[in-house]
Amino acid sequence: MYEKDGEKYYVVDGHVHIWDGRASNHKNVHGKQFIDCFYDYHKNLSPEEVVWDYDTYTYYGAERFMKDLFGEGYVDHAIFQATLLSDFYHNGFGQTEEAFGLTRQHPDKLTYNHAYDPRHGEAGLAQLRRDAERFGLKGVKLYTAEWHGDSRGYKLDEPWSRRYLEECIELGIRNIHVHKGPTIRPLDRDAFDVADIDKVATDYLDLNFVVEHVGLPRLEDFCWIATQESNVYGGLAVAMPFIHTRPRYFAQIIGELLYWIGEDKILFGSDYALWTPKWLVEKFVDFQIPADMPEYAPITTDQKKKILGLNAAALYDLDVPRQLRLPTQAGDADAEVAAGAGAP
Amino acid sequence: MTRMAVSVEAEVLAALSTVLDPELDEPVTELGFVRSVAIDDEGVEVHLRLPTSFCAPNFAYLMVADAYDALAAVPGAGRVRVLLDDHHDSDKINAGTAAGLGYVGTFGVEAEDSLDELRRTFQRKAHLAAMERCCRSVLASGAWTVEELPLLELFDLPEGRLKSALMRRREAIGLPNHSHARVMVDHDGTPVARSDVALRLRLATTTRVSIEGNAHFCRGLLATRYAGVDPAGSAPVVTNTRSHP
Repeated sequence: MYEKDGEKYYVVDGHVHIWDGRASNHKNVHGKQFIDCFYDYHKNLSPEEVVWDYDTYTYYGAERFMKDLFGEGYVDHAIFQATLLSDFYHNGFGQTEEAFGLTRQHPDKLTYNHAYDPRHGEAGLAQLRRDAERFGLKGVKLYTAEWHGDSRGYKLDEPWSRRYLEECIELGIRNIHVHKGPTIRPLDRDAFDVADIDKVATDYLDLNFVVEHVGLPRLEDFCWIATQESNVYGGLAVAMPFIHTRPRYFAQIIGELLYWIGEDKILFGSDYALWTPKWLVEKFVDFQIPADMPEYAPITTDQKKKILGLNAAALYDLDVPRQLRLPTQAGDADAEVAAGAGAP
Repeated sequence: MTRMAVSVEAEVLAALSTVLDPELDEPVTELGFVRSVAIDDEGVEVHLRLPTSFCAPNFAYLMVADAYDALAAVPGAGRVRVLLDDHHDSDKINAGTAAGLGYVGTFGVEAEDSLDELRRTFQRKAHLAAMERCCRSVLASGAWTVEELPLLELFDLPEGRLKSALMRRREAIGLPNHSHARVMVDHDGTPVARSDVALRLRLATTTRVSIEGNAHFCRGLLATRYAGVDPAGSAPVVTNTRSHP
């Protein structure tokens, strides 16, 4: 919970990791390139006083994780998003067992989302059933751009992917987080293309599709699709830290999102440990659209409350303390086409 | 009459400045992607670099191939070499470009199609953003209203950077550039209907915001990535050891 100027905010960090990017876990040079790339993101977009040293960044473990999120970061609940990258790391990049172990210790604070890959066919479906039971999955995190054998990625509307999505409905997995953002290794295919979200969102209204990184670097494609689908959400991971380095650009991103998809479908995420939630939460609560950008309406306190936690709480059925709720429930997914289209 | 003497360095840099990042729609020279230019008696060798080692290989390939083509057109350049540094596919891209294999030839089974369609997608977005900038400028001047924009012609745009940028992008996607051509058109030249104009302008704004934001991000990441080795900034290191002028 974060409190400022008498207002209380329930905070859900919708995108966190415990990773191991140490040299001992690198399968090949790409393992090093990947964590180095993350470290550059971290250094480039963090305030100087919260930049970590490289060794801490490659592996920080559960204790530091708990301290940064729940001790100092105002987070009430956090959701692990799996990042396996088995081609780059011996024991995966995201640490499944360590993360899941923590969710067992703190079920009120943590949710674990695992991953699947529809290119694993029947065997993968069986694995998904086992994972759903073991982890109690409410959500999954998918990398449509990940390489697998001869395949350079897949589309959500391909036949096998549809079978997996239908299985998710059967298993009670409602939240499908899809990485549409900074690249893993797309090649011939434009892996940022969000058109596949459009097709499956229409066909599977029982599922919620959370587009992580709000489609950056293709914000416009995401907005256009999300505005037409009632079950498409935007995760702010990676977009958030611009609030420090490029506040005017952040104002444009959040202004566009509020216009196109509305205040009920935007979810906060730090992408920890890319960034720590403490400063992001503080700056977001203090943030306002600059006065010389009249094309965007000012952000209200209620909108900030929804984005910081109430929207995600609705998607994950989290029990928000009564004094932290809004009079009208957030996360109502019946918003109109182009939420801001009626505004001048 | 003798030909105006232009240094080979200037010609090489001018050629490189025509190479755009296909997504950011800005010259690689201005983005700091040109690390070094070495000119000697044999030819020209250029090293390119990118903000991360995980920049999409298709975009990386487009820039290397475009730089190669631009330099090959410089008279007297000699043997042209373009090398991409510090990318996870550097070796493959460098070898493929040097051998003139093309995209599919370079990546073999990993590439299913050529990159023309991807390039066109970004040329269309670049056009949309350029069109939006021009429309916003005439709206800001107070001479036009949003409802009137479907009637706006190239003739009505004030001469300057915004208009010439729009003209270049129209040419790239095959739109006519005569003075009475409409400004608010689809990428296939269809005029935007009056009933759609507000929404279409709004979507074009989002496209422009997206492209500009990505450019901020890439510049920042590049500066972070090379802060330790190249604190001088984004200007390429140019050396000329040619014994003849």
